[in-house]
Amino acid sequence: MTQYGVVLFHTTSAVMRAEKLLGKEGYSIKLIPTPRQFSSDCGIALRFDWNHGEMVKSVLDEAKVEFDAIHLLDSKGV
Amino acid sequence: MIYLDNAATSWPKPPEVLKAMTDVLEHAGGNPGRSGHRLSIAAARVIYDTREEIARFLGISDPLRVIFTGNATHAINLALKGILRPGDHVVTSSIEHNAVMRPLRSLEKQGIHLSMVPCTRDGRLDVRDVEMAIKSTTRLIVVAHASNVVGTISPVAEIASIAHQAGALLLVDAAQTAGAIAIDMKAMGIDLLAFTGHKELQGPPGIGGLVIGDNVDVSKIEPLMRGGTGSRSESEEQPDDLPDKFESGTANLVGIAGLGAGLRWIMDRGIDEIRDHMKKLGQTLIDGLSAISEVKVYGALDPERSVGIVSFTVTGKHVSEIGLRLDEEYEVLSRVGLHCAPAAHKTIGSFPEGAVRLAPGFFTTMDDIREAIQAISKVVRS
Repeated sequence: MTQYGVVLFHTTSAVMRAEKLLGKEGYSIKLIPTPRQFSSDCGIALRFDWNHGEMVKSVLDEAKVEFDAIHLLDSKGV
Repeated sequence: MIYLDNAATSWPKPPEVLKAMTDVLEHAGGNPGRSGHRLSIAAARVIYDTREEIARFLGISDPLRVIFTGNATHAINLALKGILRPGDHVVTSSIEHNAVMRPLRSLEKQGIHLSMVPCTRDGRLDVRDVEMAIKSTTRLIVVAHASNVVGTISPVAEIASIAHQAGALLLVDAAQTAGAIAIDMKAMGIDLLAFTGHKELQGPPGIGGLVIGDNVDVSKIEPLMRGGTGSRSESEEQPDDLPDKFESGTANLVGIAGLGAGLRWIMDRGIDEIRDHMKKLGQTLIDGLSAISEVKVYGALDPERSVGIVSFTVTGKHVSEIGLRLDEEYEVLSRVGLHCAPAAHKTIGSFPEGAVRLAPGFFTTMDDIREAIQAISKVVRS
């Protein structure tokens, strides 16, 4: 079963930028409502395959997309 | 009907613009950045994509520095009031629109010092005069990229280097040029650019923006309004993140969708093709009007040095009468009066009467121009 992680951002524009960048690189990602247990910063968060965590982080760092935090999601992926 | 009032607002709009506006309400009608559901995300994508397209179109690298506003006036107010502090000196020109002049006159009362550089009668700004106006306290130079009365294009790249040598910023009012002539903010040295969506960018009214150059320190710009951004909601302080710092309240999603479609429409045709078409129309208009002996044409009379705007007066006739008769008898739509730019009319010598302004658009044909000239010559002589 796939384990998911989630990237939290401060702004919607940053999420949009991240989605485009990672989509272009071919990562399997999905935008989801920000899980309440983590943050109230921005309404949308980016879910990704936890196995790709390091690569996802480096794509965002390289493009200087500011993000708040990365968390592991529970088994239900929420 | 011959619509020659494109400098006020372009009409008709490309069908793609109308379609994008209804499509976005139908398929992406959530509130961007406020919720996490699919309609909210779809709306946020439309807005972000348009931000990226504008950044690319105007030559900056960071799309988050495209700040959406209601129009160019709003963007100019944001820049002027966000940057200037009591004691600061500003340099502007004598052909500015009231979108620039009125906020500056108001700021003057709050301790900002203003120098207005006179332009020549054909609307040209001499960069040496700009240089002479610089003081040690000059914080900003603000100029129209092209006059909304005579269309004369300002030498913004040269003014930018004067600003930067003085440690000042350059704000350009591109209301009449964005979409009409190629703009590369980085190459031209433009620090801040105010645009409106509803003129040459072919979008609807109610959407514009302030584009902030990659090297401008945004921490020194205060927002005009504060409020909900959908971000950092736990805090009661305005966030510093871009573009949220300057964009409080729900965005004009429909306007942004229309603007994006207008921009793509322009890019599909190519700005050079649009510019060539406008130059040809402008030359025919200038030649035709100049051949009517009662008519006085203002401006540089050179389409290479101006956007497609031509203003004229007629000896012995009020401009209001000409405008009305052109509309009623020949269905030629113009704009008469002072065009919200009293300083410009004083500069060209048409104050306080004003002038008749003709502004073709991309959809104007050469036949339209010939017909309009015929109509004008008949109105002038009867």
